[in-house]
Amino acid sequence: MNLMALFRRERSAPVARERLQILLAHERMAGSHSDLLNLLREEIVDVIARHIKVDREKVKIKLDRGDEVSTLEIDVEMPAAIPLVKTQGAAA
Amino acid sequence: MTRVLVVTSGKGGVGKTTSTAALGAALAQAGENVVVVDFDVGLRNLDLVMGAERRVVYDMINVIQGDAKLAQALIRDKRIDTLSLLPASQTRDKDSLTEEGVTKIIDQLREKFDWVICDSPAGIEKGAMMAMRHADVAVVVTNPEVSSVRDSDRIIGMLDSKTLKAERDERIDKHLLLTRYDPARAARGEMLKTEDVLEILSIPLLGIVPESVDVLNASNLGSPVTLSNPTSPAAKAYFDAARRLRGEQFDLIVPLERKSLMGRLFGRRVA
Repeated sequence: MNLMALFRRERSAPVARERLQILLAHERMAGSHSDLLNLLREEIVDVIARHIKVDREKVKIKLDRGDEVSTLEIDVEMPAAIPLVKTQGAAA
Repeated sequence: MTRVLVVTSGKGGVGKTTSTAALGAALAQAGENVVVVDFDVGLRNLDLVMGAERRVVYDMINVIQGDAKLAQALIRDKRIDTLSLLPASQTRDKDSLTEEGVTKIIDQLREKFDWVICDSPAGIEKGAMMAMRHADVAVVVTNPEVSSVRDSDRIIGMLDSKTLKAERDERIDKHLLLTRYDPARAARGEMLKTEDVLEILSIPLLGIVPESVDVLNASNLGSPVTLSNPTSPAAKAYFDAARRLRGEQFDLIVPLERKSLMGRLFGRRVA
């Protein structure tokens, strides 16, 4: 820390500005796709359910937003012996 | 042609009611026929800020429910005869504010006035939705502070999707009114600057109202600041905002801090 820092007051406005810009960029996106997560969840569960018997309650979908990269995490809990759905297509 | 204007913000306490009173008065002082409408059912305050709290007999809910005629509920200002107030109900709840009822009232007000200024309650619930529903123009009141800017962004999104104009694919005119602005703190980097807020919200600036004792005095007295202290910087900001709303175009001057030489030399260093 240099000596000038002792005299200079902390400037918080630039921090406020940056935090707002990042937050609002995400919120605006979420606003236009407010049902995106639910929609993804339903469709993903539907696809899995076509082949495997899953408990809908045990499918967790999480969207994590970072500055540069966002991640979509899909967590499907299944019993040790995977209960397949018997269909004609699955027999192949 | 009548313009319906909503004064909104999302966040509470940023100056919606004060701004409604001051803008309404400024427009009326310019000769326009103005009605200010309080949409804050249960927590009305526009009557108090306008100094008409003892003259309220009927309110908007009485009109909606057919207990009074619109003309009976309207209160004409004693100082400016082109300014009227339609108070909100203090005793009913927000559910009494029905879509049909509000539509009927706004339609009737459009026939009588040049400007219908709707003072929105805080929040994004029914009252706020009803206040913005019929708007042609929106004044988004924002303080240079993170939570207020975030809420304003949310409200701008709602103005673009939930109003009748938006549903008809028409553009709603949106303006930013920056209130409680402290130029000295902004200059020191302690408060968001006008440019920061404008860049983040990206809607045109209608005015900057400096934080001032004149605004507080005005509500203490029950008089819009444009009437109680027309030469104050806050009143000037509202007069200019009203001129812009009427379509005049001219440069906006950002208020600067006025400081003595000694203050300039030592002001920043003293905590």
